[in-house]
Amino acid sequence: MPDQIDGVFSALADPTRRAILARLATGDATSGELAGAFPISAQAVSKHLNVLEAAGLIVRTREAQRRWCRIVPAQVRTVADWASQYERLWTERYDALDTYLGQLASEEES
Amino acid sequence: MSIAVETPTDKTLVMSRSFAAPRDVVFACHTQPEHIRHWWGRGNPLDVEIDFRVGGKWRFVEHADGNEHAFRGEIKAIDAPNSFTWTFEYEPMAGHILTEQYVFTEENGRTTVTASATFDSQADRDGMLESGMEAGAEQSYAALDAYLLKIS
Repeated sequence: MPDQIDGVFSALADPTRRAILARLATGDATSGELAGAFPISAQAVSKHLNVLEAAGLIVRTREAQRRWCRIVPAQVRTVADWASQYERLWTERYDALDTYLGQLASEEES
Repeated sequence: MSIAVETPTDKTLVMSRSFAAPRDVVFACHTQPEHIRHWWGRGNPLDVEIDFRVGGKWRFVEHADGNEHAFRGEIKAIDAPNSFTWTFEYEPMAGHILTEQYVFTEENGRTTVTASATFDSQADRDGMLESGMEAGAEQSYAALDAYLLKIS
């Protein structure tokens, strides 16, 4: 379990940050490449990267004068797992409720 | 009809789903033991105790694969048939308490249930993650894509 999970949902709540993560899911990118890929200022992209980094969703490294951004799959998975498990339980429960409501309705008709 | 999931804050998860039934029926299905036992266990046998009044306790035991999974909590607020709020605890993780609010809205004979689950803390959220809900299978970047689409 990655320990920096605080703030991870609020980091994901922003559509630009989700778009940045989706871009990084396809491969590492430099801050400059990311700034060029979004219709917002380089400073704004940099702020979003700070939030993603603080939430442990990405790491930044420096290599030959360029700053590379890389997604942290374990952290992203932690959040996705949590949400999908809770969701899966409720999907099953509510599918069962849907069936039950159908039974109630047909009992009423007969 | 599938569930929609959103994460508006770092401690909250919101789910919504609609049903082809009037609101009073869907509300009753969530709050009356003779209804709850038919669906809450996802097809598994379920023992249901619920004292549906503010301050009343509830406890459900799901029997699955030879194991018992017990959940419990307390009713915090009732505005029938519009909404109710209760606390939710998985007994093996006692003390990690989630507050769930259920809101029921009806339109054209269909009822939408919106459930907002709020965790007290990061530790509680992590506890939920480790609480014996089966660990997800190996996830990949595909899961990220699906997840991001879901919450966008």
